[in-house]
Amino acid sequence: MRSLLTLPLTLLALLACTFAFTKIAPIDPVLAVVGDRASEAARIQAREDLGLERPWPIQFLWHVERTVTGDLGLSTSTGHAVLDDLAQVFPATIELALAATLIGLVLGLPLGIIGAYWRGRWPDHLARLIALLGHSVPVFWLGLMALYLFYALLGWAPGPGRLNFYLEGLVPTVSGFILLDSLLAGRLDVAGDALAHLVLPALTLGLFSTALFARTSRALMLDALGQDFILTARAKGLSESAVVLRHALKSCAAPMVTTLALALGSLLEGSVLTETVFSWPGLGAYMTGALMAADMAAILGGTLLIGLVVSLLNLGADFLQRKLDPRTAS
Amino acid sequence: MLYVRTLICFLFLIFCAPAWAETPPNVLMVGMRLDDLATLDPAEVFEVSGGELVANLYDRLIDMVDGQPKGVLAESWKISADGRQFLFTLKKGMKFHSGKLVTAGDVAWSFERVIKLDRGAAPLLRQLGLTQQNVGLRARAEGDQTFVLDLADPLAPGLVLNILSSYAASVVDSRLGQQFEKNGDFASTWLRMHDGGSGPFKLMLWKPGQGLVLDRFANHHERRPTIERIALRHVAESSVQRLMLEKGDLDIARNLAPDDLERLERNTDVKLLRIPQGGLVYLGMNMKAPPLADPKVRRALKLLIDYDGIARNILKGSKTVHQTILADGFAGALKETPYRQNIEEAKRLLSEAGYGGRLALTLDVRNVSPSLDIASALAADFAKAGVRIDIVQMDNRQLLTRYRARAHMLTLAQWSPDYPDPHATIQGFAWNPDNSDDSPFRLLAWRNGWNIPELTGLVQSAKSERDGPKRAKLYEQVQRTALDGGPYAVMFQDMLVLAHRAGVHNLRPGLTFDSMRYADVTKDGLK
Repeated sequence: MRSLLTLPLTLLALLACTFAFTKIAPIDPVLAVVGDRASEAARIQAREDLGLERPWPIQFLWHVERTVTGDLGLSTSTGHAVLDDLAQVFPATIELALAATLIGLVLGLPLGIIGAYWRGRWPDHLARLIALLGHSVPVFWLGLMALYLFYALLGWAPGPGRLNFYLEGLVPTVSGFILLDSLLAGRLDVAGDALAHLVLPALTLGLFSTALFARTSRALMLDALGQDFILTARAKGLSESAVVLRHALKSCAAPMVTTLALALGSLLEGSVLTETVFSWPGLGAYMTGALMAADMAAILGGTLLIGLVVSLLNLGADFLQRKLDPRTAS
Repeated sequence: MLYVRTLICFLFLIFCAPAWAETPPNVLMVGMRLDDLATLDPAEVFEVSGGELVANLYDRLIDMVDGQPKGVLAESWKISADGRQFLFTLKKGMKFHSGKLVTAGDVAWSFERVIKLDRGAAPLLRQLGLTQQNVGLRARAEGDQTFVLDLADPLAPGLVLNILSSYAASVVDSRLGQQFEKNGDFASTWLRMHDGGSGPFKLMLWKPGQGLVLDRFANHHERRPTIERIALRHVAESSVQRLMLEKGDLDIARNLAPDDLERLERNTDVKLLRIPQGGLVYLGMNMKAPPLADPKVRRALKLLIDYDGIARNILKGSKTVHQTILADGFAGALKETPYRQNIEEAKRLLSEAGYGGRLALTLDVRNVSPSLDIASALAADFAKAGVRIDIVQMDNRQLLTRYRARAHMLTLAQWSPDYPDPHATIQGFAWNPDNSDDSPFRLLAWRNGWNIPELTGLVQSAKSERDGPKRAKLYEQVQRTALDGGPYAVMFQDMLVLAHRAGVHNLRPGLTFDSMRYADVTKDGLK
């Protein structure tokens, strides 16, 4: 309950920080609206329209009021409402982050379990090596190498982007998730193309989450396998698979949920490099573009969205952890 | 044996796997930087990509082909004997993408909205003497087929026609505009993201930060484009553009760095196109900074630059050496390049000015290539005469903010003309009617503190001169004055360098940034 109450305060602090940043930046925001060659009259009018003549605190309050009503302003670099832009780019980031998390779970969890079960033997060494690589290899380098090898050299994978661009617009946008939308529209060609484009960036980003899940699950499983209840389960004559998967793994569920939420949060906010390397039109690429173009409304909107999602993920993880492990509720 | 078979299968997969990259023959894939694109409204555009797109989505009364006016919406035009009235007769039966007929009323409404909105395109039409008060009277329809433009003062006919061939004079569907108008905005909010034109292509999709898809307008009155769909994709990195072009994912790559162009020159599947543009790269010297107010210091700086070395080693054919304020290709442009690196002479001048070996200046520069590379080369050149340069890197908008506030000392800047007439550039560099700090006219001469009442008068005279050769002579005089004592070291002229797959034909860009038209482009394999 306390976490829920702090959420609005967190978001307000976030708004204040980003707003202050936009005011400190030595850039005339009017330039983005009317250009360099507009008349002074047009510039003055634009300043009034943007509310730049008002005192900073009033501008901030005005900004908070508009944000609360869902108006995040107009992006000067796209010309669109920031809310519309975010609705377009955020599904792309979620799609990539979910695919990478899924890859991380499918590969990382078994690696962690295997490593813990055969501790100190070669499967453990292999699992730790993969985890080490996932943590230490820079994601942009891995992405570039993957593109070079599988796209440029071998031609096995499609190039950068979320879809071959001439296929854009052939499928009506329902959810914003291109894979889902193309399947709903019955366009298997578009779905196939989208899936093919997803593979390389998802694998690149997935290696990072694989490492995270492998390390966490290994540590948790090692702890669990040394507990008395495991000894009891073995004494009862249960099979090793039942001991490991039903008893040991189940006890790791609660902390793993926290790891999952953290991983998803960091993938949502931290996929900037992957999105840049693969020209993936997600939130990371949008925010990078907004920063480079000094597009204040977009920066404020994007930061707020990331803050909101990370806060909600943490809240969700807290809630699930309490459900899965009642001891943490107290 | 099993290993050998596995190896053979592996090698087969490697070398015979189908390439992903194949663009259909009826689709033109263009890779370019589209991060400056914020609006598609012809009244608002002021950036390069927007101008180019508007040129393909909207028609104008006339267009310039090889420097000569050619009717697009206009079938014919007459100029009154006193040069004050232009009367255009429109072709019949032309349609907008909406299916509505194009009329002279649409032309008049389009002019009115540009002037009354007073955004990016307004300065162009204001050159014609149009104001918020008189636009309704001076740019008017007489019936459905006749559009009349009355000028307040006689202007050079070439100037008027050049302005009318620019993106600012794009004709918008007035009935569609009135349908989407909100609070007297002339449908600007709607037209930012939608298309209300009659051009050879219509907008199908625009995903900001990703790209646009244009489909051909089969009912276009002049010609039905052969390419059915153009997909313009935002690809920021030059190396990625090159890679995608090499793999066949792109048909045209628009923003290639010199190193990537060098690599593509060896690729037989790709052709390079180099077209001179009206844009210039120059060093602005703020005369408000005391050392730069001294003509000897400015001349010394011009003599310290290794123009050929920068062009050869950094720009590698992407720009050419040019030193006057009017780009080659415009009427009256001078090709003189009197400045060569002469360190001893520069040292002498600096010493005479009292700055020998102890001059320190800041240089504002955009944080992109090749601007940074040019700035580094300039700093190295200036250091040879003891001039210390502190390079200040910044985003383009930050640079413009400082430039407009006259807060710079030196700035490495770029200029692009809005329409294919000498006045577009000359006015920018050599017209400054009010040099006070609160002047409403903040063009390049003002930004660099160049107080030039006489030259401003000369530029004004050239604007009205109806005799073409005489007008060209006046521009030559202005260029020489700027070349000798102006606060600019003009260094290079832009080249539009693009690379395209060998199977793409009929790309004919012109001098200005809105001159790239895709209607005539064809591709091999297209039926």
